[in-house]
Amino acid sequence: MSSATAVGRPARLGLPRWAAPAGAAVLFAAAYLVFRDTATLPHNKEAAPFLAVTELREWIDDNRNDNPLFLYFLNYIRLFVGGLYDAFHTVLLALGWPGITGVMGALGWLSGGRWIAALAVGGVSAFGLLGLWESSVDTLALVAVAVLLSLAVGIPLGVWAGLSWRVRRVLTPVLDVMQIMPTFAYLAPLALFFHIGAPAGAIATMIYAIPPAIRITALAISEVSPTAVEASASLGATGRQTLFKVYLPLARSTMALAVNQTIMMALSMVVIANLISAPGLGGDIIRGLSRAQVGIMLPAGVAVVIMAVVLDRMTMALSRRDAHAATSRADLAGAGALAVAGLALIPVLPRVWPENLTVNVVAEVNDAVRWAETNWYPVTTFIKDVTTRALLNPLESLLTSAPWWLVALAVLAAAWRVSGLRPALTALACLLAIALLGLWEHSMMTMSTVAVAVLVTLAIGLLLGVAAARSPRFSAVQRPILDAAQTMPAFVYLLPALALFGTTRFTAIFASVIYAVPPVVRLVEDGIRAVPATVVEAAASAGSTPRQLLWKVQLPMARRAILLAANQGIVMTLAMVVIGGLVGAGALGYDVVLGFSQRTDFGMGFVAGIATVLLGVMLDRITQGADRRSSPRKRKFT
Amino acid sequence: MKIRLLAGLLALGLTAMGCGGATVDTSTSSAAPEAGASASGGSAGTVKIAINPWVGYEASANVVAYLLENELNYDVELPEIKEQLAWEGFETGDVDVIIENWGHPDLKKQFIEEKKVAVEAGSTGNKGVIGWYIPKWMADEHPDITDWKNLNKYAELFKTSESGDKGQLLFGDPSYVSNEAALIKNLKLNYKIVTGGSEAALIKGAQQAQAQKKPLLFYFWDPHWLFSQTELVRVNLPPYTEGCDADPKKVACDYPEMDLDKIVSKKFADTGGKAYELVKNFNWTNEDQNAVADDMTNNGMTGEDAAKKWVEANPAKWQAWIPK
Repeated sequence: MSSATAVGRPARLGLPRWAAPAGAAVLFAAAYLVFRDTATLPHNKEAAPFLAVTELREWIDDNRNDNPLFLYFLNYIRLFVGGLYDAFHTVLLALGWPGITGVMGALGWLSGGRWIAALAVGGVSAFGLLGLWESSVDTLALVAVAVLLSLAVGIPLGVWAGLSWRVRRVLTPVLDVMQIMPTFAYLAPLALFFHIGAPAGAIATMIYAIPPAIRITALAISEVSPTAVEASASLGATGRQTLFKVYLPLARSTMALAVNQTIMMALSMVVIANLISAPGLGGDIIRGLSRAQVGIMLPAGVAVVIMAVVLDRMTMALSRRDAHAATSRADLAGAGALAVAGLALIPVLPRVWPENLTVNVVAEVNDAVRWAETNWYPVTTFIKDVTTRALLNPLESLLTSAPWWLVALAVLAAAWRVSGLRPALTALACLLAIALLGLWEHSMMTMSTVAVAVLVTLAIGLLLGVAAARSPRFSAVQRPILDAAQTMPAFVYLLPALALFGTTRFTAIFASVIYAVPPVVRLVEDGIRAVPATVVEAAASAGSTPRQLLWKVQLPMARRAILLAANQGIVMTLAMVVIGGLVGAGALGYDVVLGFSQRTDFGMGFVAGIATVLLGVMLDRITQGADRRSSPRKRKFT
Repeated sequence: MKIRLLAGLLALGLTAMGCGGATVDTSTSSAAPEAGASASGGSAGTVKIAINPWVGYEASANVVAYLLENELNYDVELPEIKEQLAWEGFETGDVDVIIENWGHPDLKKQFIEEKKVAVEAGSTGNKGVIGWYIPKWMADEHPDITDWKNLNKYAELFKTSESGDKGQLLFGDPSYVSNEAALIKNLKLNYKIVTGGSEAALIKGAQQAQAQKKPLLFYFWDPHWLFSQTELVRVNLPPYTEGCDADPKKVACDYPEMDLDKIVSKKFADTGGKAYELVKNFNWTNEDQNAVADDMTNNGMTGEDAAKKWVEANPAKWQAWIPK
């Protein structure tokens, strides 16, 4: 709701404009007017790269049975992952709901005390209350397998990358691709190798969830103070001892964050995994989608959110704990009592949640949604039309009618100015690669949608972030809503969005804004909170009004955090490009969806996935340097 | 043990491996028939019917599954999967039956003729009609709008923020059979295809077109549960004649009425026994399917309950499908 009301507002809090860029802008504008509609690269469905990829896939498809090593190797991976899933599933089923509740409660207690335990017990019971016990157990088993495998592979890799910058340099682009490449683009061939069902779902989830495990572990290891390492080396510790007694213990709390992020990423794949028939809550969401009933989807979405919140709080509590504090006896007793109680009740209580204890809200939710769809329509249509006409259409026609070399020059100039020469060259290379791949026009269209989404995200994010930084109460109320916005599967709110905004690019923007606002708000809030209290007091005692304080002191000093927020906003928005393709955004997102569902267009879909990655790297390189260069304003204060 | 987190993970991992080892064995033995191509005798007890993501399909699949389970004592798996991947499932052994296939001549050529991993198993009795639809109130207000020749006259009505100065024709999921681009070009219509990308986009569009009295021209198909909720009228394109859609680029005629059919894997056809017989005999009407689909969509029933209700109400129909 908050986003819907603020959507129409242009981003007022953008960067200040300097004189030199203004001159450059005039030059570019003149060049655009002169060369408009020349050297554009219109979309061609039969571009050579698409056909080549499609053929490659056909070739692999035809030859995979003749290649026993390949086949056996992949088959064993699949059997192993499938076995792991079955094991988890069997154990969870055997525990039944009393057992799972008790064990989760005990784990919660051990990780963060009785409040976390209560949260875990309540969360697990909510799965049953919502009538989604079995799907939740399936999802829990799938996520457990994917996370466990991600950590088993990711932590060693992360440690290695943390110790060697060379490894890190090789890994970083690979991880970029794994994270930004839309899952849809490789889902179909994945099913070819790993079949459909839980193992394939777990592997697809793993590809998406492993990058944070590697990245954050590497960060944690590389941040271990070199003096500690040297001290241990000079005392004669072996490399192995240094690793296990120095690096890992010191990096422990950051590594808990790696576990946390891996779990969150895995949970965000719940729906996509269902497209290759992985069991779980995703099935309920897809079913609701095909019946166009939010009432079916919402409980499943809420269950995903609850699972995310419970696991998040548990792992975060773990990361905040003092490494040397032993678990108190009372905590051990409480956890033990919970676990024993749960396990003891297994034979007494039914394993499946009793049906008469479930709450069925399908009809109520459907009615509420229908009411909103009917009554908000005039307002939402107005917002959509204004944004589309005033922002989206002009930007899109600008980008698609400008000659490619002019766009490339503009990207080069902007990236050079903001981030320096090297990132600028990378950004330029990405853009040229997009042109060579034959997806120029669609990439420009996607870029304009992404740009508008990022602008709206930043406007809302700044507003909410500033409000949260000023009022702790607002922040406390907002936090769970942000958690929900980030972990709720997008399909759940897409259905009403489709009704309110129609099948349009705006619906896609709406979805990306909801997904991208939470991290932006958090970064802005943290940034403003981090402004030293002394500075704020000094400004206040010098007679600044709250308004002046915000504009002249807090925002400029939180500049780094805000720029990082912009960067994150872009990455998050790109992650939603494919979802946008499902609701009318067209361009790259639709190409990827098309490649997933039509065999003959597989090549285009895959290449569109690559183009999305390139677009992401390009936008990242343009914006990433901004926080490294100190601004003139900032120098005044420090 | 200072590193509690790692220790915990390790312990978790070890127990998982411990249990995992055992289950890998059991699961290989029980899943062997589906993984290996040869020993299909053991899987005679399990039938895998793909669930393509639309409710009519689910209705057919659930009725067949119900009969297989309760009349012939088979186990049935219902993996949820899109059309394209379901066809590939014939090859990998993940899918035995596609219970409602909409044409797909390209897939038939590839998987039936070339790869020889699938075979046709006859008509479902359902007639599929693809076409261009508008909400009924529009046809009431402009009676001549249902003739394609007048579409250009009304193009203005269908303009949206996505279609620019042309009328909008809303299209759905890219996996659908589609002649839209050729039709617009060859009939010289002043329309632009806006691709929704999903069935939900079409349904929501149609529902709002009715509720808000917003003009909408969109691609849709019958049988579909939406017809029991929303009154829709089909726009008459130039009538279909045999072969008028032979060249995809030159199509200038309406979609043919399609005989929806069943496709099964070659393996299932050869070794499926009575289950295959039942699937082959399965044949019902659009009304039958819509009744079950409507129970599932609008009366809050599970697929199984809706199937049970239909089976109990129509014994004469399904008893004819049960192999002797």
